Amino acid sequence: MRARRLHEVLPHGGEPGNVILEVDDIHLSFAGVKAVDGISFKVHTNELFAIIGPNGAGKTSIFNCVSGFYHPQRGSVRYEGRELLGMRPDRIADLGIARTFQNIELFPQMTVLDNLMLGRHQHLKYGTLAALVRAGRASREEARNREVVEGLVEFLGLQPVRKSYVAMLPYGLQKRVELGRALAMAPRLLMLDEPVAGMNLEETEDMARFINDIRWELGIGIILVEHEMRMVMDLADTVLAVDFGRPIAVGTPAEIQNNPDVIRAYLGEEHGTAPAGGGAE
Amino acid sequence: MRLRPGLVTDYRADAGIFKSVTQRIWFGLLLAAAVFLGAGGAIGPIRISSDIMVLLAYAMFASIGALGLNIVTGMAGQVSLGHAFFLGLGAYTAAILGGVEQTRQAMDPVTGQQVTEVVLRGYGLDMIIWLPLAGIIAALAGLIVAPVATRLRGLYLAFVTLGLVFLGEHIFREARTLTGGAGNGRPTAEYRLFGFRFDQDGEVFGIWMSKQQKLFFLGLILLLVMGLAAKNLFRSRVGRALAAIRDRDIAAEMMGIPLGRYKLIAFTISSFYAGIAGALFWAVVGRLTAEGFNFLLSIKYIAMILIGGVATVSGSIMGAFFITFLPKVVEGLAGLPGLSHIISKDPAGMINTFQFEQILFGLFIVGFLILEPMGLYGIWIRVRNYWKGWPFSY
Repeated sequence: MRARRLHEVLPHGGEPGNVILEVDDIHLSFAGVKAVDGISFKVHTNELFAIIGPNGAGKTSIFNCVSGFYHPQRGSVRYEGRELLGMRPDRIADLGIARTFQNIELFPQMTVLDNLMLGRHQHLKYGTLAALVRAGRASREEARNREVVEGLVEFLGLQPVRKSYVAMLPYGLQKRVELGRALAMAPRLLMLDEPVAGMNLEETEDMARFINDIRWELGIGIILVEHEMRMVMDLADTVLAVDFGRPIAVGTPAEIQNNPDVIRAYLGEEHGTAPAGGGAE
Repeated sequence: MRLRPGLVTDYRADAGIFKSVTQRIWFGLLLAAAVFLGAGGAIGPIRISSDIMVLLAYAMFASIGALGLNIVTGMAGQVSLGHAFFLGLGAYTAAILGGVEQTRQAMDPVTGQQVTEVVLRGYGLDMIIWLPLAGIIAALAGLIVAPVATRLRGLYLAFVTLGLVFLGEHIFREARTLTGGAGNGRPTAEYRLFGFRFDQDGEVFGIWMSKQQKLFFLGLILLLVMGLAAKNLFRSRVGRALAAIRDRDIAAEMMGIPLGRYKLIAFTISSFYAGIAGALFWAVVGRLTAEGFNFLLSIKYIAMILIGGVATVSGSIMGAFFITFLPKVVEGLAGLPGLSHIISKDPAGMINTFQFEQILFGLFIVGFLILEPMGLYGIWIRVRNYWKGWPFSY
C-alpha cells in the first residue's frame, strides 16, 4: 500500500496569501512586569512566520495570548476576522488553531493513538449517550477519524509506537507525537513552540522536514518560535525578532540576519558579529 | 480462510473490547461459570450457601457503585469523597418510591377528630420506576454539585465533596417523613418487577431459585449492562477527554475540550451509577439508616478503586468484590485456632473482627498505593504476561 500524503488526510489551508491571524498592539503585564509590550504582526495562509528572541523575550507569552490562556490588557487578536480576546481556550481551539508546547504537554497516561485521537475531539461528531451505547454512529465516527489519525501516524513515522504509552517514549518521539496531536485537529493555524529544542542534529533534520512538508502540502499558516537559527533562517518566510516583549525588527530571514538591532539583542552592545548559524542558548 | 485468527484487519475491531479470540473465550467461560454457580443445585452439583450468594449479589451492586466512582475519580481525576451521599440519595429515592407508606392514627389538636397521619412516605411503585429514578435523582444532584469541581481541584475538591457527605447525613436524619429520622431508619424499596418478586423464593423459567439466587442474577445482568456502558465510555471521545483533563487540564483545554462541560458529564454519570448501586444495595439490606451513609462509606469506595485498579472497568469490579468479601475473610480468620485469641468475634475482645477489618483496610490501601498502584488489575496483567511467555521469562 502506498503511504498517504498529508494533503490526502487533512484539509488544505485555502487561498494562499489571505491574512489568517492579525495581532494588533497587544500588551500583557504581570504585576508590573511587561511580558508583551506592543507586539503586532500578521500571518497569512501558506506562510511560515517565525518569532525569534533571547530567552524570556515573551515569545511563548505571545502564543499564550493567541491561545486564550493569557489575557492581554490591551490590543486585539483577530483570527479569520474574528476577535479572539476574551474567548475560552477550548473555543479558540475549535476555530482551528492548534499548538504544541515548549515543555511537552502530552497526556502521559494515554497511548500515542489516544493522544492523536484526542486531537480529533472536535471532529468526532457524537454525544455522551452515543458514547455509552457505542452503536452505529459512535462506532462509525471513531473508525472514520481513526483513519485520519493513521494517516498522521504514517506521515510522522510513528507506526512502531502507536500503542505505546507516551510516558515511555524518548523525548524526540514525544515531540513528534505532540506535533501529530496538533495536526490531528486539522488546524488552519499551527503554532509550534520550540519544536526542536533539545534535539540532536538528526532529530532536528527530521522535524524540519515535517514542518516543511506541512507547510507545502497543506498551505496552512504556521507560527514557529525557535532558537535554532539555521532552521528558522532556512524555513521561514517572515521573521519577527522580539526582546523584552518589544518588537525589534520584522522582515525576511536575510534582512533579520543583518539587522544591527537584532545582533545587539542577541550578542550585547560590544559585539558586531551576525547571529546566523548560532543558537541563542 | 484466514490463517491467523488473531489478526486485526480493521479499525473497528482494533478498538473492540476483546482484542483476541482467546479473550473472548475466557470471558465467555467466566460468564458461563457465573451462571453455573448462580443457578446452583438446579443445573450443577455445586451449591453455594445463601449467605455467600447474597454477598456475591452485594459485590455486584457495589461494583456498579465503584464503576461510578472510577468514572469521576479514576478517569477524570476529580477526587470525590462524596460518593456516600450519592449512594444514599439513590437508596432513599428508591425507598420512598418503592417502599410502603406507613400511617398512624392521631388526634387532630384543633378539631379533636381522629385523622390518619403519614409517618413515612412510600408510593409502593414498581422497580421499573424506582430503579431508573434513583439513578436520575442522584445524577441531578451530581449535576448541581459539578460546577464546584470546575472551580476547585485536588484536595480542595476532596474537602468540598466530603462536606457533601455531612450535609447528606444531616438531611437523611432530619427529613423524617421521608427517611424515618435519626436512629429509626425506614424500610427500603420492594424488589418487585412487573409482579416478579426478587425478594421471595420461587420458580424462574421452571427452575426453582432462592431469593439470593434471583438477586445474584439481577446483579449479574445489571453489572454486565453498566460495565459495558462504562467500558464504551472509556474508549470514546468522552473518555479520552476525561483522561486528558486528569493528565493535564490546561493542555486539554487548548486542545478544544471545555473543562466545565466534561467535569459536569463525569459527575453526572458517576452519580447515576452511584444512585443505581445505592438503590439496589440497600433494597437487599432491607433497612435504611442515615448513619450508614457516612464518610467511612466513601472511603470504602475509594478503597475499592484503589485496590481494584484506577480507571479500569475490571479493576472496579475486582476491588468491589475484594472489599465486599473482606469481612467474610476476617470472620474466617477469627475462627482459626491460632488467631482466635487475637481476633475475637466478641465486640469487647482485644481486637474484634470489625477493628481487625479496619486495620486490614488501611494496610491494603497503603500497601497497594506503594507496591502496586495499578491495583489488582495490575497484578492480573503481570500474571497474564508471565503465563503468556511461560516457560520463558519474556
